[in-house]
Formats: sequence, C-alpha cells, structure tokens
Amino acid sequence: MYAQMVDTGAKRVRAAEEMDADERAFQERIDRGVKIEPKDFMPEHYRKTLIRQISQHAHSEIVGQLPEGNWVTRAPTLKRKAILLAKIQDEAGHGLYLYSAAETLGISRDQMLADLHSGKAKYSSIFNYPTLSWADIGAIGWLVDGAAIMNQIPLCRCSFGPYARAMTRVCKEESFHQRQGYDIMIALCRGTPEQKAMAQDALNRWWWPVVMMFGPPDEQSVHSAQSAQWKIKLFSNDELRQRFVDQTVPQAEYLGLSIPDQALKWNAQRGHYDFGQPDWNEFFEVIKGNGPCNRDRLATRVKAAADGAWFREALVAHAAKHQAPQAQKAA
Amino acid sequence: MSSEWPLWEVFIRSQHGLAHKHVGSLHAPDAEMAVNNARDVYTRRNEGVSIWVVRSADITASSPGDKAPLFDPARSKVYRHPTFFPMPEEVKNI
Repeated sequence: MYAQMVDTGAKRVRAAEEMDADERAFQERIDRGVKIEPKDFMPEHYRKTLIRQISQHAHSEIVGQLPEGNWVTRAPTLKRKAILLAKIQDEAGHGLYLYSAAETLGISRDQMLADLHSGKAKYSSIFNYPTLSWADIGAIGWLVDGAAIMNQIPLCRCSFGPYARAMTRVCKEESFHQRQGYDIMIALCRGTPEQKAMAQDALNRWWWPVVMMFGPPDEQSVHSAQSAQWKIKLFSNDELRQRFVDQTVPQAEYLGLSIPDQALKWNAQRGHYDFGQPDWNEFFEVIKGNGPCNRDRLATRVKAAADGAWFREALVAHAAKHQAPQAQKAA
Repeated sequence: MSSEWPLWEVFIRSQHGLAHKHVGSLHAPDAEMAVNNARDVYTRRNEGVSIWVVRSADITASSPGDKAPLFDPARSKVYRHPTFFPMPEEVKNI
C-alpha cells in the first residue's frame, strides 16, 4: 500500500499478561476504540512504527506527484490540464497533512525529508513505474488511487487520532482522483481504436504493479499481526487485494478492457474473483531500489529540495528582519 | 542557515456565523506565509471564509495527566444540565 511492510520492531505479538501496567492500559484503551492522542502514553514501538508508517505514507503522496507531473504540459486539453494540476496539488496537500500527523510523534519535518532523500525512508513501490502515455494518467487515477482509497478508508478509524483525522481529510478528496482517472479511461475507450488500444496498454502495464501495492501476503507476518493489535492496520493485505480485484473487474468490463491475468475467474462458491499472483521478486526488487524509475524519482526530489534551499532560507531571513512589526489583529 | 520553519496551527471559519475550528498545522517562515500556505493546504474546496494561524509554540495545552483534577469536579454537578429537573407534564414552555 502507500505504506508497505512497515517494521513494528515486534518479534511476536504479546499477550496482556506479558505487558507492564502502562502498556496493558494502553492496549485496553485501543481495544475499547478510544483514540490515542500525541501527549498520551504510548509504547515506544507503537510510536516508532507509526512514524515509519505515516512518514512512508506522506513520502508516497509527495513522490506520487512526479509520475503525473510528467503529463501536465502534455495533457490533451486545457480542462484536463487544469484537473491534473488540481489533483497533483491535492497530493502535495495530502503529504503535508500526513507529515504534520507524524510530527506530533516527535520527529521533525526536516528529519523526515532527510530520511527520504538519503533513501533510508521508503515510499510506495507503485511510484517507481514510468508514465509512458496519457492513458497512464487515467490508469493511475482509476487503479492506483482506487487501491489507495481501499486502504485509507479503514485508516480513518485507526487508533492514532492525528493519523485518523488526516486520513479523513484525504479520503474526502481522494474519490475525485479516482473518478477523474476513470473519466479519462472512458473518454479513451469511447474514442478511436488507437485510443482504446492506449487504454488497454496502460491497464496491461499498471495492473500487476497495482496488485502488488497491497504488499505481499501477510498472514504469516508478525508485523501485520502487531499492527492489527494496535489498530493501525485494519485489514490484511490479502483481504484488501481481494476487495480491490472484486471492485475493479466490473469497472474494466464496462470499459471493454481486459485484465491481463489468465487466472482471473469468478468463483461463485466463494463469491469472489480468483486471480493470479504477481511476480513478488519484482516487488522486492522495486522496494530495494531497482525499479524502473527509483533513481530518477529520488534524484528529482533531492534536486527540488536543493534548488529551493536558498529561497526557503531567504524567507526565514525576511521573517527574522520583520519580526517586530508583525502584530496583526485576529479577525 | 538551515533553521526549520516554525510550526503553525490553522483555524478556519467555515462560514459566517460559525466559530473558527482547528483543522491542522503547517510550517511557514512567518505569519503572512502561514496564512498563504493555509489557504493552499486547507481551503482548496471552499472550506473557509476566514483563517487564523497561531504559532504552535504559543499554545499552552492541558496535560492528559491532569484530566482527573481538571474535569472530574464537573461530573458530580449534574444539576448544571436542564434535564436534571423533571418538569410536570402540564407545565408548558419551560
């Protein structure tokens, strides 16, 4: 997902008897559905895991602007260009909400950005794939944002207050993203045979990377179990993946596109689609930094930060100079 | 000089007649930029008619540990709520 394979520092999930009093009270509070706020007691691993998860999520929103930015100057109409700009601006906003939520846990914004730029912090594997045609912008909105929504809606109910509130804001804005993507796909699929072929090509290239976004099967993962106990992960990777496939297949059928999976078949007994496994080796390679665009994405981020440094510093100098006569009345 | 921009808390009045409500926070070098950034980050869809920004460092918050001494005294004073006083059915407009 936008946060993939988040390390919880746990070797196994501990039972209530093994926790100390503070930790037990903390877990009971989570079990009762009471939100944890920044100043409340929390186990160190919970804090660190959330910093990893929220910052990874924030980095994904920020880096996620880059594949789409590739098409701003080449959008087919002024209207599509304005819409794409608005979407990209939303992604920046989502990144900012999430950075703020992470900062309440005691990490600074500068530290998070430094970790992204050094390669220490991760972002979602999906943004390391290239956007080769305009149809990719449609496929990203429809599939990538569709998959993101699937993960983010449950997170609105997660145990950490600032994260849940940030997610609520993000979810309100995200369905615009998915719809604008599907709208691009509809336009292409109702267009010329060449345009429809572009849409099919985009689906062919994005399908498996999107299926991988949910992360590897996690039934055996101790981190997933720990995150579930802390209510910062509410459904397993496989549950969300199944839900995504079930939801997306009819949408592809409406477009008259075919999903590039030979194993895809409705299973009447289960009431779900059966589907094939993605190439998990590819996923782990992308996570390690060997995807098609990893180096380019990071280099672009680092360059943007470096090129803007003089301006950010100038603003601080300006603020320091004008600090005194800065008493505006509240409206 | 690489000092981090200070953190600001953002409050938005969503429509005239309503109070400003806390919506989140952001970094900005000064108050003017904080208002500008708040406009971009928190009001992209007509969410507001007015923005307040306050330096986070200037906010004094009660601590979770003081919850009992601060808020428990009010618990026993249920008579502060109108529903504490049952009114006879026949009596109207009260």
